[in-house]
Amino acid sequence: MNGDEASAEGALAAGCGFFAGYPITPATEVAERMSNRLPEIGGVFIQMEDEIASMAALLGASWGGVKAMTSTSGPGFSLMMENIGLGMMTETPCVVVNIQRAGPSTGLPTLVGQADVMQCRWGSHGDYGVIALAPGSAQEMFDLTIEAFNLSETYRQPVFIMSDEIVGHMFEKVVIPPADHIRLVPRRKPTTEPWACIPFQAEDGLVPPMACAGEGFRVHVTGLTHDEMGYPHIVPPTQERLVRRLVDKIRLNARDIIRLESHFLEDAETVVVAYGCVARSARESVQRARSKGLKVGILRLITLWPFPTALIRELSKTVRTFVVPEINYGQMAYEVERCAGDRAQTVLVGMMGGTMHTPTAILEVIEEFSR
Amino acid sequence: MSALETFEASCHLSRDTERHGVHPDDEYLKRGRIPHIWCSGCGLGVVLNAFIQALKVREIPPDKAPVVSGIGCSGRAAGYLNLDTYHTTHGRGIPFATGLALARPDLTVTVFSGDGDLFAIGGNHLIHAARRNVDVKVICVNNFNYGMTGGQSAPTTPLESRTSTTPYGNVEYPFNLVGLAGAAGAVYVARWTTFHVRFLVDSISEALAKPGFTFIEVLAPCPTGYNRRNKLGQGLDTMKLYRENSVIQHGIPPQQAELDLRRRIVVGKFVDMEKPTFRREYENLVQQKARKS
Repeated sequence: MNGDEASAEGALAAGCGFFAGYPITPATEVAERMSNRLPEIGGVFIQMEDEIASMAALLGASWGGVKAMTSTSGPGFSLMMENIGLGMMTETPCVVVNIQRAGPSTGLPTLVGQADVMQCRWGSHGDYGVIALAPGSAQEMFDLTIEAFNLSETYRQPVFIMSDEIVGHMFEKVVIPPADHIRLVPRRKPTTEPWACIPFQAEDGLVPPMACAGEGFRVHVTGLTHDEMGYPHIVPPTQERLVRRLVDKIRLNARDIIRLESHFLEDAETVVVAYGCVARSARESVQRARSKGLKVGILRLITLWPFPTALIRELSKTVRTFVVPEINYGQMAYEVERCAGDRAQTVLVGMMGGTMHTPTAILEVIEEFSR
Repeated sequence: MSALETFEASCHLSRDTERHGVHPDDEYLKRGRIPHIWCSGCGLGVVLNAFIQALKVREIPPDKAPVVSGIGCSGRAAGYLNLDTYHTTHGRGIPFATGLALARPDLTVTVFSGDGDLFAIGGNHLIHAARRNVDVKVICVNNFNYGMTGGQSAPTTPLESRTSTTPYGNVEYPFNLVGLAGAAGAVYVARWTTFHVRFLVDSISEALAKPGFTFIEVLAPCPTGYNRRNKLGQGLDTMKLYRENSVIQHGIPPQQAELDLRRRIVVGKFVDMEKPTFRREYENLVQQKARKS
């Protein structure tokens, strides 16, 4: 199956019971697969009037106690941003799959891009922490969609799958394990009586349990700055506490969330940092460079956000050059540069979108900076 | 005391337990949330009360009646009701409620919001929810302007009316809300004013019991935002206007339900029909077929 379909299957394996979306290339196959499969398991698929409505419906379904997902691509992702912010502020678990194409605006609808990775980090207004995963194969579309549901339940917020057109449309073998081999994180419920429940008080310090509709807790949920009871409380100290917690629940748990894949880092003088489809080319170019005797390693970002700041900072003490190939004009390269500082140079191998880097193109840059 | 501790000490937890349980409807209001933020003479309290009475008439348990609202004065209604309440983004109450209602068909989901919220920024969502016939009850409080942001023009502002963004008079034709909701496919459409309290309670209770997309428009005075600029006086003056100019005309096509505050206000129940809901059709048709194949 292709990556889009694998993502839909991953959602079903994770227990997703609701999908709301709006057709957009190259994400449509996720919705189509869901429209086919959800009714079989008693779930609901609805094609909404636009992406704004889709995102709002997702939040509503999630507060109804159902695991919910949507899929989209760049322009639709832009439209979802306001309600993604509501999801962050109200701590509503759900999964948003973005099969990236090239932009800005309508850009290249059927061709690949990776230029939404910063929008995903900063797209909605205000401060909040972000979790975003970047699959590199159809299998990972399956596996990481399950992981995205688990992370969204653990940290109670929308989680992004930042895939791309090539991964979304590539056909590969996908192994679907038996249901009892799949680890699922259930939604954590308040253990107190409804009258004693303080719905936005985090017992473990950062993530409160979630009292959904119809469960007797009668919770007020608002996008306004709210106190632990969930009531609007528009004063600086409440804002300070709330936003700090929303950001910190990701920032302080970054080590547990971050997933990476690396090869040949031990003695690397040059490290290629890549994600999504480009990481496949990058892996090939690194192998070719190694066979030529160059000390090159690869770091594949599986979690784009939170960013592995500490690791890049540590590597920059021994690495001379970071090579960052990506299908945009420098987004994650800035992040690498921020962490590497003056200790190592960061070289962007940018591409405006439409196609991916060939291994040769990346290899040429590696060779240039390995001399 | 550290700076953070000082901060924390200054944050109260709004969990007022005093003076609750005195009024028979207190169970329907969240503790410590009253007094509300609405201006004196505003019609929102009347509508909120009518909604509570309707819940009681229908004997819908508070735990089964979530309320969703968008932004603005009407949007704050969600915050006062002791139910599962969701104060969402501007104009997006209906799609949020759509998700909630589809996820939980056992709940009676009401959207309580204003004319600007539901028909300007949210207009597209409203017509599509009506077309699909999702099981959502919409109560739209129409005060002809944007109250919370200071009385700007709305899609309902009458021609030539003055608002803070139409200082020389409004030149845009207003929507006929009941006409629009009816045309889009709502199975229940009514219009009342805050003067018609008993009719309103009956109407809301009928809508609560009716499966599908129902729409009730309630005209409400806005002394601070709209009345002041249009020389309509206080809330009470508007109520007199409602009493003098309202005509009850049940069953007329909603497109023909006239609305001219100073001349003729047609109120009544215009649409009340049977149509399967989205969720029922989805279960009967799609899920059954999917399971067979």
